Amino acid sequence: MNMQLARTEIEARTAALVADLKHLEGPLLPILHGIQDEFGFVPGEALPVIAEALNISNAEVHGVVSFYHDYRKEPAGRHVLKICQAEACQSMGSDVVASRLKAALGIGFHETSRDGSVTMEPVYCLGLCACAPSAMLDGELIGRVDEDAIDEIVEALRK
Amino acid sequence: MTVKIYIPDDAGALALGAEKVARAIAQETAARGIEATIVRNGSRGMFWLEPMVEVESENGRVAYGPVKAADIASLFEANFLSGASHHLSLGDPEKIPFLARQTRLTFARCGIIDPLSLEDYRAHGGLRGLANAVAMAPADIVSQVTESGLRGRGGAGFPTGIKWNTVLNAVGDRKYIVCNADEGDSATFADRMIMEGDPFVLIEGMAIAGIATGATKGFVYIRSEYPHAIAKMERAVEIARRAGVLGVNVLGSPNAFDIEVRVGAGAYVCGEETSLLNSLEGKRGVVRAKPPLPAIEGLFGKPTVINNVISLASVPIIMDKGAAFYKDFGLGRSRGTIPIQIAGNVKHGGLFETAFGLSLGEIVYDIAGGAATGRSVKAAQVGGPLGAYFPPALFDTLIDYEAFAAKDGLIGHAGITVFDETADMLKQARFAMEFCAIESCGKCTPCRIGSTRGVETIDRIAAGIEPEKNLELVTDLCNTMKFGSLCALGGFTPYPVMSAIKHFPDDFAPKKMAEAAE
Repeated sequence: MNMQLARTEIEARTAALVADLKHLEGPLLPILHGIQDEFGFVPGEALPVIAEALNISNAEVHGVVSFYHDYRKEPAGRHVLKICQAEACQSMGSDVVASRLKAALGIGFHETSRDGSVTMEPVYCLGLCACAPSAMLDGELIGRVDEDAIDEIVEALRK
Repeated sequence: MTVKIYIPDDAGALALGAEKVARAIAQETAARGIEATIVRNGSRGMFWLEPMVEVESENGRVAYGPVKAADIASLFEANFLSGASHHLSLGDPEKIPFLARQTRLTFARCGIIDPLSLEDYRAHGGLRGLANAVAMAPADIVSQVTESGLRGRGGAGFPTGIKWNTVLNAVGDRKYIVCNADEGDSATFADRMIMEGDPFVLIEGMAIAGIATGATKGFVYIRSEYPHAIAKMERAVEIARRAGVLGVNVLGSPNAFDIEVRVGAGAYVCGEETSLLNSLEGKRGVVRAKPPLPAIEGLFGKPTVINNVISLASVPIIMDKGAAFYKDFGLGRSRGTIPIQIAGNVKHGGLFETAFGLSLGEIVYDIAGGAATGRSVKAAQVGGPLGAYFPPALFDTLIDYEAFAAKDGLIGHAGITVFDETADMLKQARFAMEFCAIESCGKCTPCRIGSTRGVETIDRIAAGIEPEKNLELVTDLCNTMKFGSLCALGGFTPYPVMSAIKHFPDDFAPKKMAEAAE
């Protein structure tokens, strides 16, 4: 019963969003961003609504959603921690930062902790290459991630 | 006069605590009943000094940095608002050697003005180029840009004027200007800095491109990893629209031009121009085969100029001061200035805009001060994840498109990542293949499959399994990827891989296995 309610609600909210953005040239990415902002992920139930409104196939919408790293199939944890793993950060020990945080949080990349508190992801460049290694916690940027910063991140996530 | 305090809100400064500093300064001025205007400027690009706070006093601007929130009380005690000395004093920021040695044309205003004040922008020479352009015939604008020698700063180095000329002469009921702000290369942050620190220069450059080619609509495609740049650009476009810089009558002329900001979705390959166009159209960011060129059949099949942020942001000064002025900087076929981004393991990392022609060694040692760790420098990767690793023996190479090509490298978007002697070049070569495998769009086989086989083969070398045979195999594979891939992702991944193998053979030698076997 609950599932049924959720489905109709997702469909209704998706339809409203699509109606708002449909006029754009090439509206699919802005629509998908809107849906992810709305639900925290891109629910499967939203796809047929989009396909119908844009007059494209379900497969096309699915193909686009699955192509881009940003779109989530399921909700993330309450916090999202992204750790840069690109070259400039590598030169300053980003692999050590990642392994410390993995050990402290008990999860790996692309995983969410069992209590749902945090999702950890690699990111390939935040444009903070002159203050590497870097990370982003819930949209907050952190440069020169050192031991203290790692402790602070873990502390913030335990709250 | 009320005192002006500049506290950057560039993402780099924010990552180093600028927001806390701004809050502490606001609290302290309120508590002391001091009237002060806080301006959130862009960054001057000296990230080892960020957050760098500047005070505008009778003696001009005086800088302090790197400032922490905990330093604020002592700064006020020392009376820094009148430019007094303090242990964080840096004096006149323009006299800091890192900045004094630069030639700032594209970044002339970045870190100096309030990025969202059109008055500030105008007062510092903004909109002069566009004002000149609206009074000119499109073909004359294009020939100015061609004459300046400006080449695409995104990496390919294609002459901007020639691209524009193709679009000008292409027939279409609509034409587009697309700004590629999908700055995904590690070591690069020039696009981000200009969008956050001087967004109007990009808007002005795009408007000039529109008038020059007959395009009336522009898109800025910004990667989602840059939320601050996205927010700034959106606000700047809104301000420009309200002021008549964008709209149906650009600067009161009969030319119409408007801009829309679009956000990527975390795909590195969308920095490739044809993938970017597909992404803007709402499709998978898959590479298109060329021809047709985007200039003929681009966005929605219409003639499209697609240029990097820095290429477009360099146009206003060319249209303001003339092609000859710009062309006067640089050497050979690399004219004008290039914002070099110094990143990774360096003492003084940041943005260094200069005329082409500095040597890599001057940048790594003299300007950047060598490795941050104090160890010796082992390698510098120039041009992002698809650029070659250069050993110190090649540091006499000049920053020039042709000079780098001659040494099997590329300048790319001019990002330089420095590695100290602890770097393992086999690991770096493996990462290049792994990154290609993660980010491949999947359209062509050499890139899609080659990258995965590349990782496996390098793993075998690392494990000491038939190293010579496998090195030969990687070389052969790189050859196939280089010549058989549709775009630069698969086509250029061999640069970091082969340069690592060629210049750092010891890291690929079997002895590693014995050490690792413990």
